[in-house]
Amino acid sequence: MLQVWKSFYARSDPAKAYSLLSPALILVTLAMLIPLGLMLSFSFFTQTSFTEIDYSFTITRYIDFFQSNLLVSLLIKSVKISFIVTFVTLLTAYPVCYYIAFYVKKNKMLWLVLLTLPFWTSYLLRVFSWKIILGTKGVINSSLINAGLLSEPLTFLMYSETAVIITLTHAWAAFALLPLYVSLDKIDFSLIEAARDLGLSRLETFWKITLPLSLPGIIGAILIIFIPTVGDYVTPALLGGTDGRMLSNMIQAYFGKVNNLPLGAASATIMLITVAIVTMIVSYTTKKLTQRIS
Amino acid sequence: MNDSFIQINQISKHFGNVKAVDDVSFQIKEGEFFSLLGPSGCGKTTLLRLLAGFEYPTSGNLLLDGSDITALPPDKRPTNMVFQNYAIFPHINVEKNVQFGLRKLGLTNDEIIKRVKDVLSLVKLEGYEERYSSQLSGGQRQRVALARALVRQPKVLLLDEPLGALDKKLRDEMQLELRTLQKEIGITFVFVTHDQQEAISMSDRVAVMSEGKIQQMSSPNELYKNPQNIFVSDFIGETNFLKAKTDSKDGEYINVNIEDLGLFKIKNNLNISENASDVICSVRPETMMIDKEKSDWDICLQGKIKQTSYLGEMTKFYVETKEIEKIITVSSQYFDNQSFQDGKCFISINLNDISLLNKK
Repeated sequence: MLQVWKSFYARSDPAKAYSLLSPALILVTLAMLIPLGLMLSFSFFTQTSFTEIDYSFTITRYIDFFQSNLLVSLLIKSVKISFIVTFVTLLTAYPVCYYIAFYVKKNKMLWLVLLTLPFWTSYLLRVFSWKIILGTKGVINSSLINAGLLSEPLTFLMYSETAVIITLTHAWAAFALLPLYVSLDKIDFSLIEAARDLGLSRLETFWKITLPLSLPGIIGAILIIFIPTVGDYVTPALLGGTDGRMLSNMIQAYFGKVNNLPLGAASATIMLITVAIVTMIVSYTTKKLTQRIS
Repeated sequence: MNDSFIQINQISKHFGNVKAVDDVSFQIKEGEFFSLLGPSGCGKTTLLRLLAGFEYPTSGNLLLDGSDITALPPDKRPTNMVFQNYAIFPHINVEKNVQFGLRKLGLTNDEIIKRVKDVLSLVKLEGYEERYSSQLSGGQRQRVALARALVRQPKVLLLDEPLGALDKKLRDEMQLELRTLQKEIGITFVFVTHDQQEAISMSDRVAVMSEGKIQQMSSPNELYKNPQNIFVSDFIGETNFLKAKTDSKDGEYINVNIEDLGLFKIKNNLNISENASDVICSVRPETMMIDKEKSDWDICLQGKIKQTSYLGEMTKFYVETKEIEKIITVSSQYFDNQSFQDGKCFISINLNDISLLNKK
């Protein structure tokens, strides 16, 4: 029997694949699919009192969501903040990666390690350190006041959308660096030389060759930053104040002190779908855009 | 035709302490097929990149058709390059690759279409317009790279070992095609290669480089028959080196004492002085004769065949002689590896076939 199994296993690629995948599959099922299914089903229930839930099927929670100005505006704001964070991160990370990929000859690894060094500390710690930098008596405000450039602290720095954007940008930069660096490093430098040889200026070469060829890295970076930041909850909770609040903070409230699980579940589902749609639109348009460039 | 179409004036290029190109000066004629030949690291590619504008010289200047191009960036030079790995843009198709360099020339749409069509038929790539680099064979990629450079009608086409990645048969075919193409369109070609056979078979003139310097610059014939130094003689084709000492000079001739063989009168092409003492005699394997019997040639030595290698059109014999310490390589079209049963043979040399070189 064992022999039969062994020879079957040796010849069957699917059997090998599934046995290698099984730990991950079990984990994903337990930690992802079941909770996700639960969340989806809860979004179709009704909270009748503080402790009781009516389990009959209804889509009223989704109607509630779209009738609430607060929730819709928070959803829009979450997407907007994420977009800005993604854009700023790309804009700052791309030149750095470009430099390392094409101009650093020795110890590229060292550069990358140094760039990701801040990310060796915990996310929470980094959020708190931004609090120290941006606060009313923080590093920026006190140095500006001491230098005599300001008489009163800048209030928009702390407990605001700006604070959330700055912190999230910094927090997720490392995740943008790696895909961007990899896609740029893969570009054969002779392609860039060939474009110059064929009469294109440096800037034109960048638009026609470097940018389109680094597109996989750009899409990767956009998705890797956009998806988690839309749902980020820690940073807006600690640094956002009322101005910087995002949808995830509201969802957390529904599952917590407000205690309206079905509406919380519906909001979370809507956010999930929104992220999926935005993701698809972004990758599609980025591809189309570069096709037109080249 | 302009004899100094490209002028390379005292060009040096240093990378840190390395002198990649070391004070090189020469001129390339208009419409010429010119090759830079040398082992890897000799500076030939650096010199080509200096011409293309990818590197700027540490000192010296470059003139093309009378105007100074030393400081011009690559996009402002009337040169185009065929890269070693072809550098075909992977995200656009063959047609767009070829069109790529035409955008900036200010041509009308009709002209662009005509030029692309003409150049694709020139390199025999009609019908491949829609393909991408990944869908092409090595030889086809090479043609795309050639078409993309030629379509701009450059004054000079620079080729960086373009045949290196092709298999032997295809390489031979492309050599012939490139040569025909160059004569047809009349553009000056500067061709970099480490393959001596490639350089000799295609070029009008060849510059042999080593350690950043030009060792010899001449026609392929001259290069093979009259090498100026040991490096060139060794690098181009195969040869036997024999040690010798100079004796008295005799007009165009000089008497030399070849080690273990005695005193001989040899033509002194390089005008070596009789005080030079140590010199080297170079004898090509195909100029010698191998036979079963003694000959009446100037030098005839009895030997024993240690090893043979059969090459089809000829056979190479590695012969040990009593007189010379080194194993001598002789090649023959008449005898093969089965001709000598006991390995006993006679090898003969004509004094005319010995070229005398300075020992460095």
